[in-house]
Amino acid sequence: MTTLHTVNKSPFSSDTFDACLGLAKSGSTVLLFEDGVYAATSGTVSADAIANANGITFAVLGPDAMARGVEGKIADGIKIVDYDGFVDLVAEHDKVHAWL
Amino acid sequence: MAKRFMYMNTKAPYGTVYALESLEVVLIGAAFEQDVSVAFIGDGVYQLAKGQDTKGIGMKNFSPTYAALGDYDVNKIYVEKESMEERGLTLNDLQHLVWEDEDEDWAEKDSIRLVSRAELADVIDDQDVVLSF
Repeated sequence: MTTLHTVNKSPFSSDTFDACLGLAKSGSTVLLFEDGVYAATSGTVSADAIANANGITFAVLGPDAMARGVEGKIADGIKIVDYDGFVDLVAEHDKVHAWL
Repeated sequence: MAKRFMYMNTKAPYGTVYALESLEVVLIGAAFEQDVSVAFIGDGVYQLAKGQDTKGIGMKNFSPTYAALGDYDVNKIYVEKESMEERGLTLNDLQHLVWEDEDEDWAEKDSIRLVSRAELADVIDDQDVVLSF
């Protein structure tokens, strides 16, 4: 079973990102959107955690990163997708785990 | 008599409405000629990130309004150093906010003061009213 995890909270103000990373299995995808995009910005503990998470694919919703002025700070190796890409990810996985 | 008001901004923009609401209250306080200071701590520092472009999310980009604070005599803008470092940010990642000093022939001066947590605690201690958003 492949899972798409979605996280929409800042890793600094919520434990959602850490909880998701702790339970996400190899082969799954984590999509960061809304305030979740901050987790993917370089120079943060969360970006280091992403770099060390083997077997998990990470993506960021581009429009949310652009709105917040951080699209240029998204760490290497993290995919940036648009809304259509979000829909594709949902379709490609067996289920969606929307973390709150 | 003017009171010293401190507005504490603690949340990222857009994900919640706190940042926008705070900005509106700050401008109202300034219109009543109070002594206004504004602080950005935690995820609040993201409010000042430069290059915000919200056309992809269908929300109003209110970040240009921060540049108008100087015209309302809001020129004490404190940004907590520890919060910036934790987020991999430097002052170069933030808007360059300035004000014009009428006592010095309208010389343009920086509004943002990068301060340590301990320094900010002292600034907050000196306030008459503290409002957190």
